[in-house]
Amino acid sequence: MDLSWMAWTWPSALFFGLFLAVLLVMTLLALRWPETERIGILRLPTTRGDRLFLTLLGAAFIHLGWLALAGEAPLWGASLLSLLFGAAMFRWA
Amino acid sequence: MSKPRDQRAWLLVLPVVALVAFSALIPVMTVVNYSLQDTFGNNVFFWNGLGWFRDLLDPATEFGGRFRGALWRTLLFSALCLLIEVPLGIGVALTLPRRGWGVAASLVLLALPLLIPWNVVGTIWQVFGRGDIGLLGAALNGLGIDYNYAQDPLDAWITVVLMDVWHWTSLVVLLCYAGLRAIPDAYYQAARVDGAGAWAVFRAIQLPKLQRVLTIAVLLRFMDSFMIYTEPFVVTGGGPGNATTFLSIDLVKIALGQFDLGKAAAMSIVYNLIVLTVCWIFFATTTRGQSEAVGERS
Repeated sequence: MDLSWMAWTWPSALFFGLFLAVLLVMTLLALRWPETERIGILRLPTTRGDRLFLTLLGAAFIHLGWLALAGEAPLWGASLLSLLFGAAMFRWA
Repeated sequence: MSKPRDQRAWLLVLPVVALVAFSALIPVMTVVNYSLQDTFGNNVFFWNGLGWFRDLLDPATEFGGRFRGALWRTLLFSALCLLIEVPLGIGVALTLPRRGWGVAASLVLLALPLLIPWNVVGTIWQVFGRGDIGLLGAALNGLGIDYNYAQDPLDAWITVVLMDVWHWTSLVVLLCYAGLRAIPDAYYQAARVDGAGAWAVFRAIQLPKLQRVLTIAVLLRFMDSFMIYTEPFVVTGGGPGNATTFLSIDLVKIALGQFDLGKAAAMSIVYNLIVLTVCWIFFATTTRGQSEAVGERS
């Protein structure tokens, strides 16, 4: 099967691989410990999946913000911030 | 703590997941791949890393300035649509009959614009606004008003905003009308006992009771107007100049007109993230409403 039209690169393949792995882990977690809603600092009922979605969405904006504001500073700074943001989401959201 | 739900029903969603994979996920993955590269065609790509994103987010670059311009125009268009359609929709809903044959007649009439395909709406307004043969354009010119949506940016804006108001205010009206009909008569009886006037009834009863449907209306109209493409493209083609080039129109110009797939991919990812965020707010707001309603009943 010719997939050259999809223009795959190793970094994007790694990104989607990690993404898939996270989804698989979340699915297995949900099967082992079914998700329950709780209300946190957002004042909204959120499940683990909701918190993952918010983490990913927030991480995308953090990286874009970093690119816009931090100039040539290495991007792992944004990744670190995103991890902290994700931890906060899973703990308090 | 609520009881854990049985998650096995999700397996029934697998066919849809497969369908979405082909229609959405694979194209999105391709767009992400394109956003990191540049191409001159023939499936030959050159690695550009995050270069397109850096350009896009830097207003000093040509690409960044263009994106910022289109983003502001799109936000302004959405704001104008909401500012006109929501109050107008509430006003029309308040004047609609509550019983009798007039109810069905008004609802059918109001639903008509919603049933017309987008490209047809664009064509209707393109002809309607023409100075030589269009009813609106010829009438305004006949009155001595210099109106030409193809050459004057303000006229073009007035035309596309009016077109959206004509097309979509009915949706707000229908939502508000449903919300008004759901208010129990006891509220109005209590207001009559207190001697409340029409304004007081609106402020104290109708508007608070409409809050939920208005949230839905605002978010639906924001998302739709933020993603609008067909109607303004048919009427103005994004012109005159770039006056009505909204994000979606600019995206197509970059991707198909200039064949700058990398730039267009980076722009569409950022555009998509904005839409996704609004979608989440929409989802969170509506489901919060549902969970509150469940909480109230239990």
